[in-house]
This record gives sequence, C-alpha cells and structure tokens, in this order.
Amino acid sequence: MLELQQQLFNALSLGCVYALFALGFTLVFGVLGVVNLSHGAVFMVGAYAALTAINQLHLPLWAALLCACLVSGVVGLIIDVLVLRTLRQRNVPHLIPMIATIGIGISLNALAQGLFGAENQRFPSDLLPQDALEISGLHVTELELGIILLSFVLMTVLLLALKKTQAGRALRAIAESPRAAALLGINVQGLFMLTSFVAAALGGLAGVLIGLYSNALFPLMGQPVMHKGIAVIILGGMGDIRGAMLAGLFLGFAEVLSVAYIGSTMRDAVAFGLLFAVLLIRPRGLFGSVRERTV
Amino acid sequence: MTMDALDTFWSVYSNLVLTLGTNALLALSIYLTLSCGMLAMANAAFMGLGAYAAALLTMQANAPFGVALLAGMAVPSLAALLIGKPTLRLSGVYLAMATLAFGEVVRIFILNTQDWTGGALGLNGIPQATEWWHVLLAVLLVCLLLERMRRARVGRAFEAIREDETAANLMGVDVTKYKLLAFVLGAAIAGLAGALNAHLTFFIGPNEYGFDRGVEILTMTILGGINGLLGPVLGSCIITLLPELLRGLQDYRMVANGLILVGIVLFLPRGIWDPVRLRALLRRAPR
Repeated sequence: MLELQQQLFNALSLGCVYALFALGFTLVFGVLGVVNLSHGAVFMVGAYAALTAINQLHLPLWAALLCACLVSGVVGLIIDVLVLRTLRQRNVPHLIPMIATIGIGISLNALAQGLFGAENQRFPSDLLPQDALEISGLHVTELELGIILLSFVLMTVLLLALKKTQAGRALRAIAESPRAAALLGINVQGLFMLTSFVAAALGGLAGVLIGLYSNALFPLMGQPVMHKGIAVIILGGMGDIRGAMLAGLFLGFAEVLSVAYIGSTMRDAVAFGLLFAVLLIRPRGLFGSVRERTV
Repeated sequence: MTMDALDTFWSVYSNLVLTLGTNALLALSIYLTLSCGMLAMANAAFMGLGAYAAALLTMQANAPFGVALLAGMAVPSLAALLIGKPTLRLSGVYLAMATLAFGEVVRIFILNTQDWTGGALGLNGIPQATEWWHVLLAVLLVCLLLERMRRARVGRAFEAIREDETAANLMGVDVTKYKLLAFVLGAAIAGLAGALNAHLTFFIGPNEYGFDRGVEILTMTILGGINGLLGPVLGSCIITLLPELLRGLQDYRMVANGLILVGIVLFLPRGIWDPVRLRALLRRAPR
C-alpha cells in the first residue's frame, strides 16, 4: 500500500511538469490557433538558460528560474513577432504556421548543440539537498515538493487570471473569434504577444524543472516532452486550459503506474495508446468540450 | 575520363541521389492524402512497416527482391485499411494527431518485438538490392499513376472532398470510400519508399520512423506546395539537399537549415511550386 502511495506521489510531480509544459502549448493553440512545434525547443532553451545562470553567473536557484522564464519568454515573443505575426498578416493556409515553427525548432535545437555541445550536461549537485524527507512514510525530495507547489501555484494563478482579469476575458474572447474581438476594440496583436510570452515562459520553466528532475540537459531534450505534450493537449481537448492540466496529471499517473505494474518498455506506449484510443472514442478530448475554430 | 569522374561522383553521392528518390516517394505519398483534404501523418509509420516487412522477407526467407517490395507495399496498405475506417472520421489537427499516435504505437511495437525485429538494435545486414533504376522507376511509375488519377474521376472526387466535404457528400461523392482509397494508396507508396530505402541503407531501426520523420515528410510536401506533383518532388529535393549544401557551416548548418525553412514558408506560403503565382509572374514579365 505504501509503495502505491509512493508511486502516486512520484506520478504527481511528473504529471505537474507535463501539465506545466502542456499549458503553454494549449494556450498558444487556443488563442493563436497555431500548433506550435517549437515549444519543445523553447523548453530546452529555458533549461539551458537556467544552467548558464547558475554556472556562469552564479545566481541562486530562484533567480535562475526567473531568468529561464524571461529568456524563454523573450524567445517566444521573438518567434511571435518575427514569424507568426507576419504569417497572420498574410493570411496563409492553416498548416503553414506549424511548418514555420518546425523550422524554428530545428534552428533552436541546432543552435543549442553548437553552443553547448551534444553531450548531456547537469546542474551542480549541491544545488538542491538530495536526501529525501520522510512524510508519513513517503520519501519526498525538496525538489519534488517544489515542483508540485510551484506548478499548482502557477496553474491557479493562470486560471484565475483568465477568469477574473480584463486581459483574461479578452483572451477568451480572442479564442472564440479573433476578428470579433478586434472589432470590439480588444488589442488582439498585443494579447497575441502576451500569450506567446507567457506560454514560452511556462515552457521554459517546465524545462528547468525536468532538467532538475532527471538531471540531464541535452539539446534535443524538448522533443520527447513535446510529443507527450501533444498527447496531453489532445487528451485535454485542444485549447482547453483546465483540460490540459488534468490531462497532464493524468498522463503522469498513467505513465508511472504502467512502469510500476506493466514494465518500463511500455512507458511511451501509454501516452500514445491513450491518445489513439481517446481520439477514436471521444474525438474532442477526454475533458474538453472545445469547438474547432473555423476561419 | 568523364566516366571516371562519373564513377567517383556516384561512389560518393549515390546514397544521396537514391535518398532523393525515396524521399520524393514519401512526399508524394502524403501529397495524396493532402490532396484529398486529409492531414494524415502516419506515413513515417507506413514507411517503417514497409521497410521491416521487406527487409525481414529478404533476410529471413531469402525472398526475391520483387516479392519483398510487394510485401513492403501490402503490409502498410493492410494496416491503413484496418485503422482507416475509425481514424478517417476525424478531421484537421485531430486526424494528424491520431495518425502520429498510430506511428508511435508502431514504433513501440517494433521496439517490443525483439525476437522478430531486433527491437531497439534494429535490423542489421540487409542485402543491398536496390539499384538506381529501381528507385527511378518507382518514382516515375508513382508520378504517372498520380497524374492519371488527378485527371480522372478519382482526382475530381478528391478535389471536391478537399474543397468541401459536406458539399461533395451531398453531390453523391462517396467520401468515405475515396478517403480510404487515398489513405491506403498513400500507405502503399510510403511502404514502397521504406522497402527501397531499407535495401539501400544496410541498417534500419525503429527510431528512424518516428515523430520527427513524420513531420519531415509533411514539411517536404507543404514546402513544395500541393498544387501539382512537381511541388512534393521539389520540396523533397530541397529538404534532402539542404543539409548537404550547408555542410560548410559545420555545427551550425542545421541552424541555417531551419531558418531557410522558415524563410521559404514566410515568403512562399503556398509552396514553392505555385502555378497561379508563376502565371502571374509570367504575365508581368513581357511588359
């Protein structure tokens, strides 16, 4: 029984990171209508930004996290301003922005490889206390606690912001219809930029957390997470914020439990087997009730 | 003298030239489903199925190459037939994701059937049976077939479905049938590419047919444009040759590769081969 609880706890921290990553992914899809396949690369940028901040600038961890958010957020902003906005203005066929983000992803991954090398890097081992605390029989590291806390705080803030603030209401209006939102006097371009920044910052943060969790940074670290992120946002319903969170947690649980009870080779099959099944049975996602945007 | 030069060129670049051919086949295979309005991205998986089916036949059963190629087309077609019915109800991004997920399932299936497929280690020592004219012939035949289809009733049905599925259905086009046809035929072409490629490269492994390959195939076709057969072929040439041409940049060549991709998409969003734009250019020229 205790073993199960331990597994569930591990699943929770993994699921939180998936959720955090998928949040930005789904936000961009919901608001900008773009499947942003550079999100995995932005995730990697965040991880390397934190590593540089710690190793070269000798910043404490909290500052490095902030730094990672800023750097990846700015990268997301640049992608939006330079590429996605131009494509929006030219009213291109709907797959084209996705292809553009593939190109950006390739470039960013290669740039990281050129700058940092292809081999694994790790955070300094004295960054976090390694020994586990024991809470009612469970082995819990500070890192796992931090991940869970941070994720839940950020998710709550984001949900509240979307629900209660003026900008959040405007964003939801844009998700319904950018054109109608623009006619209502909403600053659509500005909010697109804000969305890109926030989404990328969340992705970058998730990158640092995974980097700390698995203690391995490499240029292509974003790719597997992105594939799972795709599964998560489909499970949750594309563009659905709450759905992405739930589905992220769900995937974390499904993966950890399948490793524990079926075997580790099936770990990656879980995400995609689930995705395949869900799409066939409930094409709009497990949790979502999202309408597809037609332009 | 020139023969010598040609020989040297061939010994260095034969692999690249033949890869151009198989990539063109892959681009054409996804062009087929796109021309029917479906964003299906299982082509990498179909390629893998074809590659494994053909390679296992030549390696384990000593089957003749022709039989292996046929099996390489039949196995993915069968898989497409099986998953087609439920999957093709989906549309847009959902279809893309379901088919990508199918691809991952295939990859993991291969990883876990070690006794058969070598699992993560892949298959080593595949006989190099693919000749240059096999590839050329395959590309020509597929082009011919697709061009004939484009001009026939099937092609018009595809176009009608792509423009407006509901309207096509109301006009009596059997949407499900034609979609399934495009999907299965696309799978066969991708499988052929896989089978040819496997007998070219000596080694195949499950990770060659994953997500990234699927995305690459789509990129080739979208980049080239889906306004005709020339588009996918051109796009596949660019995607195959670009990393080679940029070799001088060493570590940073893939950075340039990605940026060029973005540039092409930014300035030619309807694909490189775009007859409408070309005609407009030609009309402007004589002035």
